[in-house]
Amino acid sequence: MRPQPPGTSRVTLTPYLLVAPLTAVLIVFFGIPLVLVVVVSFFDLDKFDIIPTFVLTNYSELFGSSLTYTLYAKTITYALIVWAITLVIGFTVSYFLVFHVRSVLVQMALFLLCTVPFWTSNVIRMISWIPFLGRHGLFNQSLIAVGITDHPLEFLLFSNFSVVIAYVHLFSLFMIVPIFNSMARIDRAVIEAAVDGGASRARVITDIVIPLSKTGIALGSIFVIALVMGDFFVVKIMSGGQSSSVVAAMSNEIAILQYPPAAANAVCLLIIVMLMVAAIMRLVDVRRELSG
Amino acid sequence: MANKATGGHKVTRRQVLKGAVATATAAAGSRITGFPTVWAQNIKDIKLVQAGGSYSAIIDIGRQATKDLGFQVEMQSAAHDALLNRFVTQPNSVDIADMEYFFLYHLVPRGVLHTIDLKKYKWWDKVVPIFTKGEYPDGRKVSRQGVLPFKVQYVENPESKKFAKDQTRWATAIPTVYNADTLGIRPDLVKRPIDHWHELLNPEFKGRSAILDVPSIGIMDAAMAIESRGDIKYGDKGNMTKEEIDKTVKILVDAKKSGQFRAFWTTFDESVNLMAAGEVVIQSMWSPAVTAVRARGIPCYYVPLKEGYRAWASCIAPMKHLTGLKLDAAYEYLNWYQSGWQGGFIAKQGYYSSVPETAKKFLTDDEWGYWYDGKPAKSDIKDPYGNLMEKAGQKRDGGAFWERMGKVACWNTLMDESRYMVRKWNEFVAA
Repeated sequence: MRPQPPGTSRVTLTPYLLVAPLTAVLIVFFGIPLVLVVVVSFFDLDKFDIIPTFVLTNYSELFGSSLTYTLYAKTITYALIVWAITLVIGFTVSYFLVFHVRSVLVQMALFLLCTVPFWTSNVIRMISWIPFLGRHGLFNQSLIAVGITDHPLEFLLFSNFSVVIAYVHLFSLFMIVPIFNSMARIDRAVIEAAVDGGASRARVITDIVIPLSKTGIALGSIFVIALVMGDFFVVKIMSGGQSSSVVAAMSNEIAILQYPPAAANAVCLLIIVMLMVAAIMRLVDVRRELSG
Repeated sequence: MANKATGGHKVTRRQVLKGAVATATAAAGSRITGFPTVWAQNIKDIKLVQAGGSYSAIIDIGRQATKDLGFQVEMQSAAHDALLNRFVTQPNSVDIADMEYFFLYHLVPRGVLHTIDLKKYKWWDKVVPIFTKGEYPDGRKVSRQGVLPFKVQYVENPESKKFAKDQTRWATAIPTVYNADTLGIRPDLVKRPIDHWHELLNPEFKGRSAILDVPSIGIMDAAMAIESRGDIKYGDKGNMTKEEIDKTVKILVDAKKSGQFRAFWTTFDESVNLMAAGEVVIQSMWSPAVTAVRARGIPCYYVPLKEGYRAWASCIAPMKHLTGLKLDAAYEYLNWYQSGWQGGFIAKQGYYSSVPETAKKFLTDDEWGYWYDGKPAKSDIKDPYGNLMEKAGQKRDGGAFWERMGKVACWNTLMDESRYMVRKWNEFVAA
């Protein structure tokens, strides 16, 4: 906050009025529902009804079940693998676009090209992998035709492999865009100075490009991790239902009207994702870098 | 749309309505006190919203009802869980609930449905006795494992939230479509006869079998297989104890870890694609999915198994919030629903009508022979949209109506321990 100039107390209302509409929308459509979820997570239920009391059964069942830990381990593993792969892809693609493509026009054209697959729906992009990777799919047929293998590779579809492929395909753009954005703002003079000073290309990357793209990397990581942690559809379809995620278990509970345990699960997931985001924010002060 | 019809059409519509009332009165004699004589003009402003599964809330049925009845019937379809949640949390957004029978376990105690007065429903004595009495026509009792519709068919009085043990005047819902489910196989890839449910778990089909990932239905198919293999003798497969659930899930997890299953499917299309692509050669399946595979020219067989079928049944019921003219319209609609057009339509998709004799009027002799009597088709069998379903000469898998529905081993279900069951099922899927 800036120190307030004397005698202008009316003016200080302006920022509050400016944020009021957004605050109102957030409170009504985000705040209240969220509070309700937290409240419901302490409710009890019998076979037919949700009983508004205060019990900890939902949480004790959640933490007492090995299933919870298995699911979180699984979901977090997916998140980390996908994060690592999308980070490498996002960084290299952005690096190429920013530092190797000279013409801004070509740069923008190539950047738009990255978004082309995203003009179709998420679901279609994901499902199109199924006939491609299947037992009698294109990929297996090609492998057999070329003679690399004599029987179809089964691990390609309905496996962790296919889940990760779909995630990477779906979420890479969320990593590319923020990294591209922050890299594009790096002052070329800094790099020229480093090169003139005798820095190798690797040195330039580790000492200049990476530190100055930290914001983009952090933002992209938040997107990718939050998306994977909150997914149940991709994991269900691409694993052929053979793998699960935290949210998939939640949706099974909601399917038979068990709102309180599902709410407890949701609160727990929310806290964990918030902790992950907080950890990223702690490493990189996204706000400062954005405004700077 | 009907309510945009011109004045000339109104006369026709009124005639149709009069005709309907006349037939209703004629058929039911003095039982029906008659519909309000004030149908008149405002009837055309009425719109009934029916929400149900994609296999029963079919837009064509809504269109035909709108045409025949003079008020509008709108169909909305959604998946099981979305429907159940909607009926419970937003009951006023629906007029006609279209659901599986086990939904009634959730809905009747919550009082969201209007109890149906059977005196105002004219087909009840023609409904297949599986529903009305829990018996076959020859008097044998139908399996009570799972939610046999009869167990939730009646209540003692219109306000009651408890199911009646016996027949009463008050019905919770009107039965609509139903079928007997079993395993689908690829005979060209399995290459030998399949007679028992336990083949689903047979290591011979390792990595090539699948079950469906709807916990309450999937566990029934699994239980059929496990019981058939002799591992567990269930008290009631449809209402397992915690120990039974534990044992069942243990067996499933072991099978999964050994690589028995290729996939768990959730939608109709997934099951068709798994089978058609050869990813799977034996799996739990729905009857029209089997025909859908065959329609692509790929052999697929819906095997009748020694242990019998897992049956399911759908029903419709007006919602509690309906009153006055809208409620009258709902009764009129229920009566129209079973008057044959709908029964004929869904028969051509492989499902049965709860009032077969009215459906028969809307089928050719050849179609009736194929779908209900298990006779070889004399000419090509088409679905309601005219697509080829079966070539001439074919017989329905499993045979005639009573050969299939007469061998019900269990019904789709909602267990007392459903919360525990879903938790264990999640463990199985995550294993």
